[in-house]
Amino acid sequence: MSPTTLFDKVWSEHIVVPETADTPAVLYIDLHIIHEVTTPQAFSVLREHSLPVRRPDLTLPTMDHSTPTTPVSSFKDLAVVSEQAANQIRQMEVNCEEFGLDLIGFGNDQRGIVHVIGPELGATQPGKTIVCGDSHSSTHGAFGALAFGIGTTEVGHVLATQCLLQRKPSTLAINVDGTIPSGISAKDLILAVIGKIGVDGGTGHVIEYRGDAIRQLDMESRMTICNMSIEGGARAGMIAPDDTTVEYLHGRPRSPQGAAWDSAVARWQALRTDEGATFDKSVTLDASSLQPMVTFGTNPGMVVGINEPVPDGGDDASFRKALDYMRVASGKPMTENDVDVVFVGSCTNGRLSDIREAARVLTGQKVADGVRMLVVPGSQQVKKDAEAEGLDQIIIEAGAEWREAGCSMCIGMNGDTVPSGKLSVSTSNRNFEGRQGIGARTVLASPATAAASAVRGRVADPRTFS
Amino acid sequence: MSGITHIRSRTVVLPTRDIDTDQIIAARFLTTTSREGLGKNLFYDLRYDGDGNERPEFPLNKASAAGCDILVAGNNFGCGSSREHAPWALMDFGFRAVISSEIADIFRNNSLKNGLVPVVVDQDTHQWLLDNPGADVQIDVENTTLSLPDNRVVRFPMDAFARYCLVEGIDQLGYLRQHRDAIAEFEERRAWKP
Repeated sequence: MSPTTLFDKVWSEHIVVPETADTPAVLYIDLHIIHEVTTPQAFSVLREHSLPVRRPDLTLPTMDHSTPTTPVSSFKDLAVVSEQAANQIRQMEVNCEEFGLDLIGFGNDQRGIVHVIGPELGATQPGKTIVCGDSHSSTHGAFGALAFGIGTTEVGHVLATQCLLQRKPSTLAINVDGTIPSGISAKDLILAVIGKIGVDGGTGHVIEYRGDAIRQLDMESRMTICNMSIEGGARAGMIAPDDTTVEYLHGRPRSPQGAAWDSAVARWQALRTDEGATFDKSVTLDASSLQPMVTFGTNPGMVVGINEPVPDGGDDASFRKALDYMRVASGKPMTENDVDVVFVGSCTNGRLSDIREAARVLTGQKVADGVRMLVVPGSQQVKKDAEAEGLDQIIIEAGAEWREAGCSMCIGMNGDTVPSGKLSVSTSNRNFEGRQGIGARTVLASPATAAASAVRGRVADPRTFS
Repeated sequence: MSGITHIRSRTVVLPTRDIDTDQIIAARFLTTTSREGLGKNLFYDLRYDGDGNERPEFPLNKASAAGCDILVAGNNFGCGSSREHAPWALMDFGFRAVISSEIADIFRNNSLKNGLVPVVVDQDTHQWLLDNPGADVQIDVENTTLSLPDNRVVRFPMDAFARYCLVEGIDQLGYLRQHRDAIAEFEERRAWKP
């Protein structure tokens, strides 16, 4: 048999009907994660056609995007955000009830951001096909799953048939050689990757991240890497499962148990790209020269090293427009910019290791005067684990806010927003115009860089804290 | 969905590169549970200033944009979020097609599902369209060609199935459901169960 890639293996195992010149493949979906924002119109379609949800057991519903991160005890609290957001959340409860879905709702200890709880519960597993009406579904590829974001119409397709119509994408190998230097995180690495390939470098492709530097990463770091595949235009990013993956999944609530665990591990260990398999494109980076990375513009590809000057875009109108919006000058490093808001959280960097990194920098320090810092755990489980380690106390003592789980200030749907014109250093994934609030200026960075910036009151190199 | 064979219209041009779906429809408008009525919030922060007044320089606010069904945008249009609210908002506003030199994957898929025609053209054609806002062009979906006012005819790529669904107005859920026996059989025969 000719050598195949990790992607090829997962793809071909899920073909219900093969693609032809005239028709796309029917691809089976093993896990469908759903949330309140991108599903109401899909449930309406099911009602119009009198269709049930085909596989409630393969559907994992929660609420994260428009939910408050202040403690909620009743729907009256939700109305504080907006009546429409409260209505959307209520509709999610109604839809799950009506279609027999087991909602991880308010008051459930397992609630959190879709891409944080899937792995945390052990529902995300190597070799699965995983989709969600959210572009950061690529996160789950860290386990060697084929995972990608879909629109609401496709959410309806999966609810009704557990399948999607798909054309086979191309493959892109991103080889990261060397060793990541101490003090540099997965976020710095993925920002450097996007800087190299550009925000459309992965369009039409599924990425496989490979190489020594990737193998050395823990699962939470791998999730940060795969999470931002979409910011390079790729719908999916994958990392082959290994002992690190198996160890992470062992004993989780939805991981296979007993004999099923042993056979699953044996199957997972075969999920790797064969020697001699070819990719449609490939890119190589050396991790050993990495430094902390920060964005300076209005997309994640506009990124520089923390002490490097912001480049000069010449007469490129889109580039100039981005710098004007950001009020950032070419030729100067980002460390010259004062900071108003710092956000640590999101499906990119809202896991326990991220909170630990922020707390490490904040230990014995104070958030600078005039800076608001918000730390939002990615799930209620992350919150509980962080509190068990006393991280919440470090964060609160430093003068930052410690919240309930949710997407929060990454997308600003729940009332957690950055005021117009203010500069935010954020561990989230998008620095688009207005993403964190109307007129908000976002600098993407790692949790350590974000915390260092909160303490210094300007964009700061975390390596100055040790 | 009714079938679409031809779209003839003047163009309105947004030359900026990498216009993301947050620009197309901001997250604060996503708390709706309907597909309808999003057009008024399309490109909201580009169309209106902080006081809610129209920005006269924004192309969609110009009188010449009225009645234009075709949007020409800078490279990599629709990048970012998977929100289908983006094509819903464009269509609710009145657009029926988007032309660029590159269109992001999820946005393109979502557009096709709703009958918003994504047209990807070569660099030269794209540059000509960017330089000539208001050009009267015709998209022939059946033959996947774009006709320019100087009688140039440019072919654009489109998946055969996507084209068929657009032209015939096929609901893809109906097509997918025709495979329900194959799906049930797959669930039975696969070596491991999720």
